[in-house]
Amino acid sequence: MIELTGIRKAFNQGRHNEYWALSGIDLAIPDQRVTALRGPSGSGKTTLLTILGCLARPTEGRVRLKDEDISGLPERFLTEIRRRTFGFIFQQFNLIRGLSALENIILPAYPTGQPRQALLEKAEALLAGVDLGQRRDAQVEWLSGGEQQRVAICRALINDPEILIADEPTANLDTKLSKEFLGILEKLADQGRTIVLTSHDPLVVDSAVVDFVVTLRDGRIVDAK
Amino acid sequence: MPMKTWIEKQRHLIDFTLASLARRKAKNLGLLFIYTLLVFVLASVALYAHALRTEAQKVLASSPEIVLQRLVAGRHDLIPPGYLEQIGQNVRLRGVQKMEGRLWGYYYDSVVKANYTFMAPRDMQIPRGEIIVGPALERSRGLAAGNGISFRSYSGELHTFIVAEVLPQTSELVSADLVLMHEEDFRAFFKYPEGHWTDIAMSVANPQEVRNVAIKLLSTLPDSRPILRDEVLRTYASIFDWREGLMLALLSAAILAFGIFAWEKAAGLSAEERREIGILKAIGWETGDVIKMKFWEGLLVSLLAFLLGYVAAYLHVFHLDAMIFEPVLKGWAVLYPRFTLPPHIDGLQIATLFFFTVFPYTAAVLVPIWRAATTDPDTVMRS
Amino acid sequence: MIFQPAIIALLLAAGISLFMLLAAAPFAVRVIRHWDVASGSERQLQLERLTYLFSTLVAFVCLVQILAALLFVFNADKMSVMFVGAMCAVGALNVNAFGFPALYAQLALFFLATLWLAINHVDSRARDYPLVRLKYGLLLAAIPLFALSLYLQLQYFLGLKADVITSCCGSMFSEQASTLASEVSALPPKPALIGFYGGLCAAIGISIWHWLRPRDGSGYLTGIGALAGFGAALAGILAFVSLYIYEHPHHHCPFCILKPDYAYQGYWLYIPLFTGAAAGMSAGVLRLFSRRPTLAPIINITSRALAGVAAVGFGLFLAVATLMIWRSNLILLD
Ligand SMILES: Nc1ncnc2c1ncn2[C@@H]1O[C@H](COP(=O)(O)OP(=O)(O)O)[C@@H](O)[C@H]1O
Ligand SMILES: [Mg+2]
Repeated sequence: MIELTGIRKAFNQGRHNEYWALSGIDLAIPDQRVTALRGPSGSGKTTLLTILGCLARPTEGRVRLKDEDISGLPERFLTEIRRRTFGFIFQQFNLIRGLSALENIILPAYPTGQPRQALLEKAEALLAGVDLGQRRDAQVEWLSGGEQQRVAICRALINDPEILIADEPTANLDTKLSKEFLGILEKLADQGRTIVLTSHDPLVVDSAVVDFVVTLRDGRIVDAK
Repeated sequence: MPMKTWIEKQRHLIDFTLASLARRKAKNLGLLFIYTLLVFVLASVALYAHALRTEAQKVLASSPEIVLQRLVAGRHDLIPPGYLEQIGQNVRLRGVQKMEGRLWGYYYDSVVKANYTFMAPRDMQIPRGEIIVGPALERSRGLAAGNGISFRSYSGELHTFIVAEVLPQTSELVSADLVLMHEEDFRAFFKYPEGHWTDIAMSVANPQEVRNVAIKLLSTLPDSRPILRDEVLRTYASIFDWREGLMLALLSAAILAFGIFAWEKAAGLSAEERREIGILKAIGWETGDVIKMKFWEGLLVSLLAFLLGYVAAYLHVFHLDAMIFEPVLKGWAVLYPRFTLPPHIDGLQIATLFFFTVFPYTAAVLVPIWRAATTDPDTVMRS
Repeated sequence: MIFQPAIIALLLAAGISLFMLLAAAPFAVRVIRHWDVASGSERQLQLERLTYLFSTLVAFVCLVQILAALLFVFNADKMSVMFVGAMCAVGALNVNAFGFPALYAQLALFFLATLWLAINHVDSRARDYPLVRLKYGLLLAAIPLFALSLYLQLQYFLGLKADVITSCCGSMFSEQASTLASEVSALPPKPALIGFYGGLCAAIGISIWHWLRPRDGSGYLTGIGALAGFGAALAGILAFVSLYIYEHPHHHCPFCILKPDYAYQGYWLYIPLFTGAAAGMSAGVLRLFSRRPTLAPIINITSRALAGVAAVGFGLFLAVATLMIWRSNLILLD
């Protein structure tokens, strides 16, 4: 459970171009459900996602994660929590070119200091789970868009997170691949993971996989169902 | 964090940084080359100066504790007959074990435009008409044992000698230009008056006594000038230190340039590198992890450059006779003794070199690394 | 002045360290005035980002000072050939009045640097960075000491003249002179031996006790024990360990043992000793902060580890010293 109260986020605070991307968000993300954030471009979806996922600290307001107040934590500890709790899937898949699929997948686990062999085995199992077992040693830039996204999903799962965060996951995919993605999403939801994603793709927002839809406009929640 | 986890984590970071170095070969090889070059130059200077210093010390170790010269009108003059005996009788010198007159002088060889040191050693039996020469003469005049050679003396006569032997290569710095001959030959060649000596050598057993002996000599023989071996040693040591320091001061410009270069390299992260760091931060790396990763990168590059540069300098100085710096650092004889220095490695020197190379490098890359490492983790979501 | 690479390196290290600390000073002031870990304001975020830079920077300076302390002693020993009457580092340091003060300042910086690194270590592991103000306050307070160290080294190195006749260990640590060092040197071997083994065994024992049961009391005692052990060790080296190494009943010098003539045995003694002393004292100081709730568990782990290092360091020192005494041909006691 993630609880946000009175969240406000400013960019360029105190300067002439100060901009409040979020102005007063109260929101609770339920466990083991799929929540979608939607809204027009610039409405603050990504900003809200970064705060939910502990990538950024709010300027004002409280964040509670599993009944622990994490609002004032410095980056070092926020990162530790994030690494344990969250997996991230980005719109641009953000894989590191020049490394193989396997190596990309185990990157988030490097700071945890687990033995390399154990990590590689885990990564292989994950790749097999998304039917990419045979491409494990391919450099990621040789993979197709859909394959890259599946590698990115495996990377998000390497630390076995309870919560998955996805920002516009289907924006770079065609309809067929988007449907495939929804299939994977459903599997992950069935495993009991909490999923938060942003999208303005009706295919995603209106699909049966999504349990809750939260609509944003100008940094405020206008609708939640 | 348990030790094992910590080590494993550092291994991961090193793995990553090695892979990332390999991915940007051109850029990193450039840095490595410049870095190695700097270490090479500094290490060459240090090794060379140090070897010269130890060499000079070794040479002087076998020379007498005190050399006594006589001054006339403030200038070095010959020791007249009876002077030596007078010291023995009038001055009671405690601690002086042995005292003897020496014969030596310089000879300018106009054929090869070089100076030789002619000497009549007292502890060696050289038959009349024969000479023993240093390796420099062997090279410059193409001499070998059994050859004959003629020198035109200062009075114009031609003297011919047979080379009995060439001195071995060890400690060439001083022996290279030596020509050893019989006392009678020496006196005949230079028209050296009978009974006169160039100077007097004294050996003193107890080092604590040397100074007292010198003071006593000065007070009883006001026209004498005692030269103490330890004094010469110190002078040599500080001259070499000075030259080395001066070279370093000149090279500090190079160190500074290197620092700026390293700064530029570290600051000029490519867009690709910036993106990679952004990704790492977004997927769960912390600023400290990125700094550590970059630290390993710097350490690996530094160690590699240091090793390569130092080994190259070692080969340069001890196997290629320091061809590049010879003229600057040695420079005391017209005839450069081409000598092979005994290899010598010194802890203080390595530590100092480390200070001059790794320290500026680290200082220079600190800020750029920090800049890159503090990329906000949410930046990759906003491209 | 004697223009020598190692001297230039030392001056450079002192100069750059001071320069870096001065550059960090305005930031330290800002942290002390504006730090508020609970705030998400951009100023706080920027301050937090900057702490990475300045912590790394100060850690770097501390490391450099630790190495510089070693280099300083090493260099003083090497320089002794250049001065009449100097047989070891003592003679070189005695060439002018600034040698020994420069050494003491460098050693003080060594201990300060290790302490700062220990505090930084625990602080950066507690979720609210509770010691951040103290850390940067300490940094500001240390700047004059860094400046003093640079000043002393400059004075010392600039004032080196090769023709000076200096007095060396023979007179400084002789049993007749009237300095503290010579009084320690003149201690009869038996009480000195008892003090040496007693002090060090106590320091080791307390450290092990703290390692087994990391509480405040044992922690403070570890700090005090480290200080006492350090003193006992130095006194012991002066009074009799050196004699055994030189196999000479009157040569009390603590520096000659660093020379190659004695196979650098001194480094085997001093490096574990200084490591142990620094670790033990840091453990004691860290215990002062163990009441803060966020720090308590971290301090427990850290002071325990430091006490372990102290026990190993002192133990190693004692073992090496004992081995040297045992192998020696000199007989002081029957
Ligand atoms: N780093 C930043 N600096 C300044 N403004 C920003 C920054 N990031 C986002 N914004 C602004 O905040 C608003 C919300 O952005 P975002 O959360 O990315 O919207 P969405 O994801 O809904 O398109 C936008 O107007 C954007 O311009
Ligand atoms: Mg967006």
